Amino acid sequence: MAKTRTWIEPHPSGIHVKPADLWIDPSRPAPRAAVTHGHADHARSGHGAVFATPETLAIMALRYGVDAEASNNAAFAYGDGFERGGVRFSFHPAGHVLGSAQILMEYQGERIVVTGDYKRRADPTCAPFEVVPCDIFVTEATFGLPVFRHPPTSDEIAKLIGAVRAEPERSVLVGAYALGKAQRVITELRGAGWDAPIYIHGALEKMCQLYAVHGVDLGELRLVSETDKAEMAGQIVLAPPSALNDRWSRRLPDPVTAMASGWMRVRQRARQRMVELPLVISDHADWDELTTTISEVNPKESWITHGSEDGLLRWCELTQRKARALHLVGRDLEEEA
Amino acid sequence: MKRFAALIDRLIYTRSRNSKLALIVDYLRHTPDPDRGWAIAALTESLDFPAVKAGTVRTLLATRVDEELFRLSRHFVGDTAETAALLWPEASGKKADLSVSDAVDALAATSRSDAPAVVASLLDRLDADGRYALLKLALGGMRVGVSARLAKQAFAQAFDVPVDDVEELWHAIPPPYAPLFAWGEGRAERPDLADVAFFRPFMLAHPLEEESVDLADYAAEWKWDGIRVQIVHGGGETRIYSRGGEEISGAFPELVAAFDQDAVIDGELLVRGEVQGGEAASFNALQQRLGRKVVSKKMLADYPAFVRVYDLLAVDGNDLRALAWTERRRQLEAFVPRLAASHFDLSQVIDATDFDDLAERRAGARDAAIEGVMLKRRDAPYVAGRRAGLWYKWKRDPLTADCVMMYAQRGNGRRASFYSDYTFGCWSDAGELLPVGKAYSGFTDEELKWLDKFVRDNTLNRFGPVREVEKSLVLEVAFDSIHTSKRHKSGLAMRFPRISRIRRDKPAEEADRIATLQAMVT
Repeated sequence: MAKTRTWIEPHPSGIHVKPADLWIDPSRPAPRAAVTHGHADHARSGHGAVFATPETLAIMALRYGVDAEASNNAAFAYGDGFERGGVRFSFHPAGHVLGSAQILMEYQGERIVVTGDYKRRADPTCAPFEVVPCDIFVTEATFGLPVFRHPPTSDEIAKLIGAVRAEPERSVLVGAYALGKAQRVITELRGAGWDAPIYIHGALEKMCQLYAVHGVDLGELRLVSETDKAEMAGQIVLAPPSALNDRWSRRLPDPVTAMASGWMRVRQRARQRMVELPLVISDHADWDELTTTISEVNPKESWITHGSEDGLLRWCELTQRKARALHLVGRDLEEEA
Repeated sequence: MKRFAALIDRLIYTRSRNSKLALIVDYLRHTPDPDRGWAIAALTESLDFPAVKAGTVRTLLATRVDEELFRLSRHFVGDTAETAALLWPEASGKKADLSVSDAVDALAATSRSDAPAVVASLLDRLDADGRYALLKLALGGMRVGVSARLAKQAFAQAFDVPVDDVEELWHAIPPPYAPLFAWGEGRAERPDLADVAFFRPFMLAHPLEEESVDLADYAAEWKWDGIRVQIVHGGGETRIYSRGGEEISGAFPELVAAFDQDAVIDGELLVRGEVQGGEAASFNALQQRLGRKVVSKKMLADYPAFVRVYDLLAVDGNDLRALAWTERRRQLEAFVPRLAASHFDLSQVIDATDFDDLAERRAGARDAAIEGVMLKRRDAPYVAGRRAGLWYKWKRDPLTADCVMMYAQRGNGRRASFYSDYTFGCWSDAGELLPVGKAYSGFTDEELKWLDKFVRDNTLNRFGPVREVEKSLVLEVAFDSIHTSKRHKSGLAMRFPRISRIRRDKPAEEADRIATLQAMVT
């Protein structure tokens, strides 16, 4: 079997797969990049060649102007992959957002999985996480502390609907990251029977359309910019978190500020964001999901990256699992968690 | 506990004062006794359970959660109660709600050794929000932006009674305030305070922002740097209250014993310093006496306390608060000789000829125990709180020094994600940077963001929550005074240090030297 440290090398700017001279989620332009999913802290523009799922490539085309059709880029469905420099790469569902993938690499008998970001609970907008057996499991740790236990999504959605109904003269403005979170909140609302139009900030429009094209039914969406203020009383409005306390929100009828994020579990975090209605809805694994996943994958070694590495490292130590922390830079954990 | 937990949660996320008021009014009207009384006492930090401390919770958590994971979580969350509430393993099965008063009874009855088991059994009956409410109730530090003043206003509004009456009755009646609610709801007469040594809310001052005031309208007094106290004699006992209405009689038994007149005074508690020739010593000396439950003979001898009397609120059964300052002052001057001179003296009026003369005397005041000047409107009655135009405080200009940032630590609560506590130092003769103080205020939110980024971008080392930074940033630090201290390697300790300016323009080598600071010691 190959010696891991000779063929895969973690750098602050990403993971370098040496025999293939390929980088995974590089934060700097690279000649070849395999990309786990479309969030800006994993997917960048300027790479020579991009390897990703078709959905991720489409998202990169929309957000970063990557030419999805260009011959140097290649799309792979879940389970498929390619070989380069003796390394076999394949893509497997991560359950994080539309198109999100874990990347499995096999080289001289050794298997390494890089999860990118993932979660385990049900999400109607993307394929569920698959456990991929491996020797080395490179896991995210955004919520790698036992204080983070996301409540059932249905409870949070019920809280949101309850807040709208409690004050029918006001609107509830939900801050939700434009890629993934917004579409998930919308589909969860639909699943809970909220049939009214949902009003969205212009920055969400194209991504919602992209989701719809990929078969995610979001129901009727209306643009805030094209709607009378009075119409939005007693209604739900979605905007990117940056718009929450922006002048933009003045066009809404006395909005209650809500935010959908795993960080909302911690009161002072919610207060910092000036949030009145915190909704603990996350696209990242919580503590129980992280530890369950490591147990189920049961790798020889776990590499822990971006987030609360220390907490998960400690858990590995307590459960006698070999683990190390990678210190990758440029991972923005605040906005989309 | 569900209603109380929901109230706390809504208060945390509600920013407007009026909305907070409305939430409390609603709670007071719709919650039965004694839960509402306990709840409001908890919100205003008026409860204390001596057997239950943060250490109790930490010990308890250690039995259920790995200590290192608790430490990491606590550091991230920034609050022990919230960390524990989130980490506590959920008990299985359906839980009957626990009333606030049941929780209070259990917490009050427990001994230090039983406390962990009692708290554990309560936590097991609650969900995460309920656990948070319970732990905040038990440990204090609610931080929901509800001052005692706001709570009293809510009470007045809930039951449509005058807020001034509430102010006065509040401190005379212990939680859960059953007679107060009975009066508010019209079920009983206004409680009679004749035989109680009750607290009168303090009259407070605004900082002087006017260019000057006319001394014909305002009397000037020194503002002494001790602790403001009220001494009340009534119902056969003497009590000493601090500014917030907290009773501190236990720490100053000699003053309680010496105050034997039927009166209520407002004054500054100070310690007599030998080095000052028997005059008032610096705040440093007074600190030796604060927060002690038992006072040794040696303490009493080494740090003798006395009160410099500012005002007379009541005497021989008469309430003087409605009288003008001039009249109260006349009666005060007549009254002070009735007290033991060893423990009480009169705060002198500064007989400045005009405002410029006063400014000159303020600038020339070298006494370490002088914090500045008070200006009191001569025709003003003694009224609770800060009222515009009646009293001003005019502090001495702070001292400043240019120091170099050495370490930074994350803040608590709202600042949990920011490196907001800075340790800074000055140069020794040997060219070594030695810490001289620590500050976590004085900067704007914008500056805090900048400082936080500076810390993150210039980290040399991490020691748990502390980061050592590149010694390159000069901070102008303002402080009220500086004293010698054995605790610090530099031998110095600042009082009220705060960041007054960020000196990005100044090279670190040009920051001040320890010797310069030593010359400022009082």
